Amino acid sequence: MAEAPRHVLITGIGIVSCLGEGPDAHWQQLMHAPRADVSRFAPYVVHLLPAIEFDKQIPKKGDQRQMELWQRIGTYAAGLALDSAQAKGDPALLGRIDLLVAAGGGERDYAVDSAILTGLQTAENPGAFLNERLMSDLRPTLFLGQLSNLLAGNITIVHSVTGSSRTFMGEEAAGVDAVRIAAARIASRQSEIVLVGGAHNGERPDLLLLYESGGYALKEPFAPVFARAERGGGMALASLGAFIMLESPEHAGARGAQALARLSHILSRRTRRHPGDVTAALERMWAELTPSLDSAHCAIVSGATGAEPATAEERAFLAAHAGIPVRATGTHIGHGVEAQFPMNVALATLALQHGELYPPADALGHDVAPGGTLRQAVVTSVGHWRGEGMALVEAVA
Amino acid sequence: MTSTQDKAGRPIVVVTGMGIVTSLGAGKADNWAKLTAGQSGIKTITRFPTEGLKTTIAGAVDFLPLEPFCSTELGERLAELAIDEAIAQAGVGRGTFPGPLFLAVAPVEFEWHHREAFAAAAAAAATAAGAGANGAVDYDALLRAAASGRFRALHERCVVGSVAENLSERFGTQGSPISLSTACASGTTAIQLGVEAIRRGETEAALCVGTDASVNPEALIRFSLLSALSTQNDPPQAAAKPFSKNRDGFVMAEGAGALVLESLAAAQARGAKILGVIEGCGEMADSFHRTRSSPDGKPIIGCMRNAIEDAGRHPDEIDYINPHGTGTPENDKMEHVGAAAVFGERAKEVPISSNKSMIGHTLSAAGAVEAIFTLLTLEHQRLPPTINYVVPDPAIPLDVVPNVARDARVRCALSNSFGFGGQNVSLVMSREPA
Repeated sequence: MAEAPRHVLITGIGIVSCLGEGPDAHWQQLMHAPRADVSRFAPYVVHLLPAIEFDKQIPKKGDQRQMELWQRIGTYAAGLALDSAQAKGDPALLGRIDLLVAAGGGERDYAVDSAILTGLQTAENPGAFLNERLMSDLRPTLFLGQLSNLLAGNITIVHSVTGSSRTFMGEEAAGVDAVRIAAARIASRQSEIVLVGGAHNGERPDLLLLYESGGYALKEPFAPVFARAERGGGMALASLGAFIMLESPEHAGARGAQALARLSHILSRRTRRHPGDVTAALERMWAELTPSLDSAHCAIVSGATGAEPATAEERAFLAAHAGIPVRATGTHIGHGVEAQFPMNVALATLALQHGELYPPADALGHDVAPGGTLRQAVVTSVGHWRGEGMALVEAVA
Repeated sequence: MTSTQDKAGRPIVVVTGMGIVTSLGAGKADNWAKLTAGQSGIKTITRFPTEGLKTTIAGAVDFLPLEPFCSTELGERLAELAIDEAIAQAGVGRGTFPGPLFLAVAPVEFEWHHREAFAAAAAAAATAAGAGANGAVDYDALLRAAASGRFRALHERCVVGSVAENLSERFGTQGSPISLSTACASGTTAIQLGVEAIRRGETEAALCVGTDASVNPEALIRFSLLSALSTQNDPPQAAAKPFSKNRDGFVMAEGAGALVLESLAAAQARGAKILGVIEGCGEMADSFHRTRSSPDGKPIIGCMRNAIEDAGRHPDEIDYINPHGTGTPENDKMEHVGAAAVFGERAKEVPISSNKSMIGHTLSAAGAVEAIFTLLTLEHQRLPPTINYVVPDPAIPLDVVPNVARDARVRCALSNSFGFGGQNVSLVMSREPA
């Protein structure tokens, strides 16, 4: 017989976003009104990365040169999480840590793309022209800078995390499933300690192109996630990185690591996104969590993107549970796609450590004040196109 | 009656369906016949102009023509074919697969014909506005074209999750489908994730698939700029030379492999034919370099040992190795270092033959494709050869099953996959439950 599942603890968080880096900066900035940039990629709204001293977590310039920005953000955030979990500098421990990354990829050289597209219009032999320009203009390191699995590769190289290395792709669902499978491996004793998370560079015209072609990119003016529906909705892409350390109680206890919170449940769903599917999926997942919930001490940390119709479906779900306070983090930090769910688990952990929520700013319309001390946070994911998930994060002790 | 649990008390995981497509053809029968005949699927590229390229050969799958060619689209088609074959053999029923999908897939992004479609729309808009055609095209112009709302289908095609989403819909897999990448180890990771899910008791079955159709100009040029590809274009069939002294790189190739994994208990309960056992999986990441292995071979050695240990086996019980065997100078040298450490004196005797000598490197699909060839090796008790082995490398004294297939007794086999980014995964497979 298999042994009973064991608890999964969160023993470290490393976060970077437009709000700054680290838990304290995030908590302070969440007290203020949300802001986003509307000029750099006008008319698109983007949450930009603040100035980051990458040297602090990626000491070798040579390593930084081998990475594109999304990889630098992620490698930096992973380093913060290792610091937070007090896991740096112990080769035996780092050699045991399993790494699970949720990643996109595909950074482009915009000048090269633009020059090629311009030239292709008049090229006598388009195929030969494309070959010639790519052979001479593509930087060899760009390939490694855009490969999805190379965020994990860079974390392994820079931080010596070598237990294993896996990368999930597939937008928002990748972030949910990465956390889900990391937690399942610990609960079932397949792993003792997993570093899981992701990173996203929102300052990319090629990603705007992808999401704008689907009608999902938010154009100015900026508005909170629940106040965008009248204009057709939209998500504001974000530069952010988030890693969390998940660990078994035995492993954490043996090395004296402090638990920040407990990841009690994590679920994901696939729906066809027919009208009503998202609301129903959220309700089904909520029903699975309900026996564990204490509504007087619980809040919802929503991953709502602002994209429609998904956000309206989540709003219908939230309206059915209007007694529970809600914070949609996308209003403050924007949408980091693969990295959003790990980020929201980290922010939920932060709120639980504080025992309270930050002030509401999402224009949900039925904000309620939290009851007693915050003890539980339900984290939702409703991806812009696919990717439904839900987790329960609980305070420890 | 045999136990349905392994020595560690976990559910035994068996294979009940397999499907495969490579440049050699579609289906296990065709592939196995050609593979054991030492036939190569590597050809001169005809899909796009190769003027100005150093490498002009590939193991492209050209018997499924697509116009315009789209790597993501072909990758999805290859996966469909492989899954069709696998679930037909397993007899689990099409349309409602009783478990999750783990898909190793090349990262999806816009391809050049997509960008050109945006550019053409931008140029048309400029002309209509009186600005004249053939002006400079930049991302602002592409974005204005995208804002027209005429490219919604491109969003659904080019989000990375689209391939897994479409396959999940078509085959009725359960839960959120997983798209994954560990570079050239991806197919093996897909199998490992399936094994782990069954061992956890989350599911009785898993559909584990690797697919790749990356033979397009930009992908070829990216690998070429890393000096990873063979440039010995003539004749194409002789370019992939794993373990040879004159090896000069791998040959890009396309293909897909699909495996239906089930718990032994579930397979027995429904009377399914058992094709093989996935006994163990092992990993160890390499922190040395993005494209090169640690010179001491420690991660590769640890990876193989972890897989053998996970299977509850001893290295002496491994009868055959299906190596990563890319034919790059670096990989083959390091794989020998690894085998020599894990198998000691026996390293010279354990046969190790590279499928990539014939089908090229199917990248994200390679781990799944080669796991299937390893299981066919166990089934037929016949070792496919390493072809093009004309100039042996004295620094790699291994039995590579040179040039000609041969019969052998194989009870237990190891399959290696090593990816860029230091992502190493090995599997241990056997014919029947112990």
